[in-house]
Amino acid sequence: MIEAVGLTKRYGAKTAVYNLSFQVRPGVVTGFLGPNGSGKSTTMRMILGLDRPSAGHVTIGGHPFRQLPNAPRQVGALLDAKAVHGGRSARSHLLSLAQLAGIPAQRVDEVLGVVGLQDVAKRRSKGFSLGMGQRLGIAAALLGDPQVLLFDEPVNGLDPEGILWVRNLMKKLAAEGRTVFVSSHLMSEMALTADHLIVIGRGQLLADMSVTDFISANSADFARVRTPHTEPGQREKLTAALMEAGGQVMSEPDGALRVTGLPLPRISDLAHDADVRVWELSPHQASLEEAYMRLTQGAVDYRSTDDRLAHLQPPQQPGHPGYGMPPQPVVQDVPQQGWYAPPPPGQNPYAGAPGQQPVPGPYAPPAAQQPAAPQPSDTTKDAR
Amino acid sequence: MAAVSAVLQSEWTKIRTVSSTVWTLASALIVTVAIGAALSAVFNSTFDDLSEVERATFDPTLVSFFGMTLGQLAMVVFGVLVVGTEYSSGMIRTSLAAVPQRATFLFSKVTVAGGLAFAVGLATSFLSFFLGQALLGEHRASIGDDNVLRAVIGGGLYMGLIALFSMGVAAMLRSSMLSLGILMPFFFLVSQILAAVPKVKEVARYFPDQAGSKIMQVVPDAMNTEEAPYGPWAGLGIMVLWVVAALAGGYLVMKKRDA
Repeated sequence: MIEAVGLTKRYGAKTAVYNLSFQVRPGVVTGFLGPNGSGKSTTMRMILGLDRPSAGHVTIGGHPFRQLPNAPRQVGALLDAKAVHGGRSARSHLLSLAQLAGIPAQRVDEVLGVVGLQDVAKRRSKGFSLGMGQRLGIAAALLGDPQVLLFDEPVNGLDPEGILWVRNLMKKLAAEGRTVFVSSHLMSEMALTADHLIVIGRGQLLADMSVTDFISANSADFARVRTPHTEPGQREKLTAALMEAGGQVMSEPDGALRVTGLPLPRISDLAHDADVRVWELSPHQASLEEAYMRLTQGAVDYRSTDDRLAHLQPPQQPGHPGYGMPPQPVVQDVPQQGWYAPPPPGQNPYAGAPGQQPVPGPYAPPAAQQPAAPQPSDTTKDAR
Repeated sequence: MAAVSAVLQSEWTKIRTVSSTVWTLASALIVTVAIGAALSAVFNSTFDDLSEVERATFDPTLVSFFGMTLGQLAMVVFGVLVVGTEYSSGMIRTSLAAVPQRATFLFSKVTVAGGLAFAVGLATSFLSFFLGQALLGEHRASIGDDNVLRAVIGGGLYMGLIALFSMGVAAMLRSSMLSLGILMPFFFLVSQILAAVPKVKEVARYFPDQAGSKIMQVVPDAMNTEEAPYGPWAGLGIMVLWVVAALAGGYLVMKKRDA
């Protein structure tokens, strides 16, 4: 069990982590999500006693890390796969760590086998690929058979087989009753691995809930309705009918309508009653990735500014519970890229930001963080 | 609480499993012995060309240690790398996550690396002495002469202390490159040049290398140099104070700063 209370870390004027409180419980895989620079690694370092919190505290099994008796036997951590002296062989590296905790040398060979590095155990880690480095880091974390495990981006650089292996390993470790805390920015991976999510943005807690709850709380499913563009009057007619029936309607750039608050059959009935022909009526469900982006979009520090492809970004829609969106009487365009001003630097991260932003908008991916691939729900490109 | 013996064992594993340990210590030994031997041979053949004062204050023991001026730089590299690579590789986070007690971590590392440096330093000074004396012919000193054994053992201590001082500086600066960039020119150039400048040398003789190297002199005003206002052991004591200060600074930095 990891417990953080009011955890705060300031570097000069910059607040990396602010008033973070959460619990990581044993027996489940807890995912730790947040955009780049949101304070994930800082939090992990504070859990491990590497960084001293400016305020608040974090304990593992009730003890601050630095006071844990024989810490390597209780807590295993992978912080940085490349944090290894490149001139030292994998086995020597693990041996030096094993000796710290009084772990016998046979255990070193055992974990080398577990992570599949037994064939390169004698080789200098300088020549290791990122994936091999990750495996070495995971081996170091497993060395002491600890009850609490922390992994910072464990699947970085792993091949699909390795990713699957890590996923199963995490689940197995959790099923054995251990506390498993994994940070990642691969949403699809988290959706498959984690049972519980802790999401931070700008160093503050955005969500602490199960994966299922997270998706349903942070995304609204919508229907896309397309009327014949040859008859613009039909679109207005249908919009009026839908809004009268209590639906929320937004306009997509290519003329389609995005409808929330009404089930698909009802939309069909309304269109029929209004005597409007419909060319498309399709359901769209949000993925974890979409839910995550919706939640964190105000809290992204590093955002690419090249938005020539902005019109290809998946349009999004209002009504997200966190944003307190008032009902809009008129049809709005789905907002385009760059619709909000970036928060001033150095200000308290994220606080109040959602309220200033009436409508969540599309989201330009920070370069390293999200795949450029379309989200599962996105059919905009196909429709064009 | 990681036991001190476990940390010592781990640090020994760390130090013996990187090749930089071997090549820095080997070059410290080889460079010191080789240059000491070469200069001993040169002095032996050109002894008659020396001025009268220089002949009167000729210090065969010190001559055989002249190679240390260069050889100590390899010791500096050894000391800096032992601590600095923890930071440059990021290993420090893994290490400190395993040994949360930072004093235990740093001083175990310093003990192991310092012990090794002392051992190599002693081997170096005895080798330098005997090889150098053999090449000095009739001008040689004997290990049984007054103060000679003190100078030879002192030479080994000096090399070990140079390595310890470098470890302290590297722990303070948390970077191999920065530490080497400061220590190498300091020991090789700055300290030696300042020690030759009038007035400034009054201060420079309290620098760690200037003060510590007095232990290697048998003749106080050897080779017609100015006599220091302190004795050989006091000189080494001054160097020890520098080392203690550097290590204390390194510990405070490690304790205060985030890894």
